[in-house]
Amino acid sequence: MIRFQNVVKNFRRARVLDGISLDIELGERVALIGSNGAGKTTLIRCLLGEYTHDGTVTIDGLDPRGKRTAVLGTIGFVPQLPPPLKMPVGQLIDFSAALCGTEPERIHGIAGRLGLEVEGIRSRQFVRLSGGMKQKLLIAIALGRDARVLVMDEPAANLDPEARKIFFDLLAERQNDATMLISSHRLDEVSALVNRVVEMDMGKIVLDDKVADDVALSDTLACRIVIKRFEPAFAKAVAAWKFAASDGELVWDGRIAGPDRLRFLGMISRYSALVSDISLTENAG
Amino acid sequence: MKQLWLTARLDIVESLRARWFQIYTLVFGGIVALLFLFGLTESRVLGFIGLSRLLVTYIQLTMAILPIFVLITTVRSVAGDREAGVFEYLLSLPVSLSAWFWGKIVGRYLVVFAPVFLAMLGAVGWATFKDIEVPWSMFGYYTALLAVMAMCFLGIGMLISAIARSTDIAQGAAFMVWLFLLLFLDLILLGVMIQGKVAPEIAVTLALANPLQVFRTAALALFDPQLIVLGPSAYVILDLFGVTGYKIFALAYPAALGLISATIGYLLFRRGDLP
Repeated sequence: MIRFQNVVKNFRRARVLDGISLDIELGERVALIGSNGAGKTTLIRCLLGEYTHDGTVTIDGLDPRGKRTAVLGTIGFVPQLPPPLKMPVGQLIDFSAALCGTEPERIHGIAGRLGLEVEGIRSRQFVRLSGGMKQKLLIAIALGRDARVLVMDEPAANLDPEARKIFFDLLAERQNDATMLISSHRLDEVSALVNRVVEMDMGKIVLDDKVADDVALSDTLACRIVIKRFEPAFAKAVAAWKFAASDGELVWDGRIAGPDRLRFLGMISRYSALVSDISLTENAG
Repeated sequence: MKQLWLTARLDIVESLRARWFQIYTLVFGGIVALLFLFGLTESRVLGFIGLSRLLVTYIQLTMAILPIFVLITTVRSVAGDREAGVFEYLLSLPVSLSAWFWGKIVGRYLVVFAPVFLAMLGAVGWATFKDIEVPWSMFGYYTALLAVMAMCFLGIGMLISAIARSTDIAQGAAFMVWLFLLLFLDLILLGVMIQGKVAPEIAVTLALANPLQVFRTAALALFDPQLIVLGPSAYVILDLFGVTGYKIFALAYPAALGLISATIGYLLFRRGDLP
């Protein structure tokens, strides 16, 4: 479905993509990982038809540069850094919906599910929204249409745990009819979302691996943590994950999204000396 | 066409909220207000009184300000948007490159021309209210002159934006273009001619090729049809075109220059990296 064939991109004398060849089929969820300067963003921009390059890039056999409107009509894109748009939120939604042939209400619906009520911020400038609100809106615009390819650059970076869980649910709803390309610096951020990992370094693919697809995007885990003594910093951290306390704030119960388990454990590891017991139960309740 | 209008509308909304537009509007509205305040409608220069005197002064001031304003704000916002990632996101949406580029030009043109025109319209409205005679033919020609002036420098600005890869370079280039055109205004050309360093034919050709000079001469021609203040070069210009011919040339040439610049800008934009 998506095909990169010997793609080379140079910026002046620097070679940023060095003969990339990659096939991605429908339904694949690919993590594109690598350090800064590895070439991830450049590869994505070639896929979006924004960069000229040597070699070929096709989506369903069509060149995204030559057949822009046809190809980009099937791609939902979430950038890593939200653009500093001064236009009101309502205008951005209407503009995107009109170009993508979808209804603004559909975008409002997705934004609402992510916890962003569009009606209250319609006239507010996009650039004046918080980082999380911007990210939710861009996700809603990408998912609020019939995109067959979802290209997302660190999509969950600015989302709170609750919104991340809903975001994973939204991706789960699309996993059978869409191909996903999720870019990140770190594999642990996206590992549970994908079934294939492509690692880039210095403009080349250095790893292309299928990964175990045991974690369903919509899975949840019941979690119980017992701590030795009350610690305000710990309480604040788990409260952000919507955990509730009992037994003198020494026992904390909550539910986390399956794909978020690594991120959650990463957070808990900061308090490992404080934790006396921890349990994670898949699909409980 | 739908994509073009969507892009134009988007650019208008973005511009209306930008600080440069507020300053821009304030400058041109302020000029007209100040001219009224200083009683220019009651003064008399070269036989011009009333609103015609005000319009003559207004267009002279506009010619000094509008080109550099349009050049700098256009390259700043277009190159700035590209640097800030606006292009990366908005051009990931299914909009054709022609609709995007020309839509931006249409939107920006309306935003650039509207304050200048509305300021003149405001002056006419005030004059009518105060029972001052309105020179309609002069008003019409000045409006057309300002319209093509905006088109000319917007086209050049878009060309610079398409070539320059950063805001700093784009701003520097825009300033250099404006400075270059200023250098070839009539007084400097006259000075060089007097020193005998340039043949008169070359000086006149340069003056005719310089859109800033073309506007100045056309504006002068309205209250000085024989172009006496221009000196000997007036003979060449009037021999070549005649008064009416020159007035038409002063509209057609800058408009063509703006359109050609914008078209080259579009071809370069389409050919290169977008963000």
